Amino acid sequence: MILGLYNYWIVVLLMMIGFYIVIAHGNLIKKLVGLTIFQTSVFIFYISMGNVDSGSAPILAEGVSRYSNPLPHVLILTAIVVGIATTALGLALVVRIKESYGSIEEDEIQIQDQLTEDKT
Amino acid sequence: MLAHLPILQVIVPLMAAPLCWFLDRSRLVWLFALLVSGFSCLTSIALLQQVMSSGTILYQLGGWDAPWGIEYRIDELNALLLLIISTISTIVLFAAQTSLQKELPKERHTLFYSLYLLSLTGMFGIVATGDLFNVFVFLEISSLSGYALIALGKDRRALWAAYQYLIMGTIGATFILIGIGLLYQMTGTLNMDDLANRLPEVDQTRTVFAAFAFLIVGVCLKLALFPLHLWLPNAYAYAPSIVTAFLAATATKVAVYLLIRFTYTIFGIELSFSILPLQNLFMVLGLVGIFAASTAAIYKTNVKHIFAYSSIAQVGYMIIGYAINTPTGLMATLLHLFNHALMKSALFLALGAVMYRIGSVQLSQFQGLGRQMPLTMAAIVVGGLSLIGVPLTVGFISKWYLLIAAVEAGMWPVAVLVLLGSLLAVLYIWRIVEIAYFKPPVPGREPVKEAPWTFLVPIWVLVLANIYFGIDTRLSVQVAQAASQSLFGINP
Repeated sequence: MILGLYNYWIVVLLMMIGFYIVIAHGNLIKKLVGLTIFQTSVFIFYISMGNVDSGSAPILAEGVSRYSNPLPHVLILTAIVVGIATTALGLALVVRIKESYGSIEEDEIQIQDQLTEDKT
Repeated sequence: MLAHLPILQVIVPLMAAPLCWFLDRSRLVWLFALLVSGFSCLTSIALLQQVMSSGTILYQLGGWDAPWGIEYRIDELNALLLLIISTISTIVLFAAQTSLQKELPKERHTLFYSLYLLSLTGMFGIVATGDLFNVFVFLEISSLSGYALIALGKDRRALWAAYQYLIMGTIGATFILIGIGLLYQMTGTLNMDDLANRLPEVDQTRTVFAAFAFLIVGVCLKLALFPLHLWLPNAYAYAPSIVTAFLAATATKVAVYLLIRFTYTIFGIELSFSILPLQNLFMVLGLVGIFAASTAAIYKTNVKHIFAYSSIAQVGYMIIGYAINTPTGLMATLLHLFNHALMKSALFLALGAVMYRIGSVQLSQFQGLGRQMPLTMAAIVVGGLSLIGVPLTVGFISKWYLLIAAVEAGMWPVAVLVLLGSLLAVLYIWRIVEIAYFKPPVPGREPVKEAPWTFLVPIWVLVLANIYFGIDTRLSVQVAQAASQSLFGINP
């Protein structure tokens, strides 16, 4: 029972790993990597959800009567696109941050911000 | 044409966003964006009229019937939100061209307007749709364009703020996505109405509880409920003035809408307030949010920061009305949604005018502005009074109904605390007034001129609306009441 749901365990594990990286790491790129892992776990979750035991791809063909549910797969295709857009935007921001702060470490950026704040 | 209004509301700005690139001349693009936003405004007024006279509007996309196809569903609540978003967006956009000249290099103007329209599309979409997955997609459209808009700020701290917002916002949106997935797993439908019908069969399962928790946490991240508000102050403070005015008036409101929609329509009141101690939780978080954020606002030296923290406090008021969980309480929340949008857009636009003239919104730079920019500062004062909740302003109306709701529900301490919270608002508003009116002008600075009329007109339209809706409450109260009663299933 518990092992049979192994894909959901993988989802939970990946989700926790991703979330932990986002919180624990100060490097902006690593944070984005964590975020991507976190999102990917949700993709796997949707894909497992749509799967039907011994179901085939949802196509019209001879001798096929059990289909996997195509809807979650289609939905997650959209979510993947959204995820890519988020990552791309995040990376673009990191590039700009690197250009103007000269660093992609969270603590160094915060020190610099503190300095600007003290000056004004 | 009239039957297609719900989709036009969303699709017109969506189509207009890429068209901006073909015009590609700063002034032309601005006029175009203004036109599109004005059109959305007319659409939403027409929708509101239609809803108030003949009830909920259903629109089937592509002619597919509801549980299979995607459905747009406009009831009183949606129509009210659409009206708030489109009106504020149009008024704010009017000042955009002037403000951008100072805050953004010319070659980025097209980018700005096209992102702005996308963000607008996202918000319209979230509100108009009756399909859960659509909510997620539109949420990401509005958020992604929002991050980019914030990153356009002049200060390099805008980049850092946008990055932090991106991380927090994506976590929030992904939580919502998980919640939607779990709900689909249990019911096999994404249509909100259909979900509401099917959920009672499975509502005592752990999966549904988990879905509920994920959705609530995700939405609370988006609406910047204390203590999940950390992304907000910097994002508002360093974004271009126009973006701040627009987002402060609309983005968190849309998230509050989602919270109401999820709990009242989809899960139903009984389930929502029984599986988690939601009422107590939100009541406490709302109150703590009011006090913590208002106190933080008192100690800030950047005026945009002050009002950003005050936004978090105002979200607290909305959440309290929501947590009272009576038709009056919800009505107070909806009224405050409407009223707070009016106050904050006026205030942030006025700050935009200050930014235009002196290039800074540090509190110390406000010295002497009371004489030099009398109309702008007067707008800030009226907006501030409205935030405090002085009679004859909209702030009074929403707090009045909030107090009535709290007293009706027998929550006296809440009523007292809400009043005390308003006193804190007096403190931070007074600091601005004191420096602007009673301190000599900044030594060595050229005398500052009044803001240009392109700023003053939208600011004062909003300020007058603040006063008008504080006296004549027929429209706002009527719509809020109708929306809250229909959510509670009371037939008027």
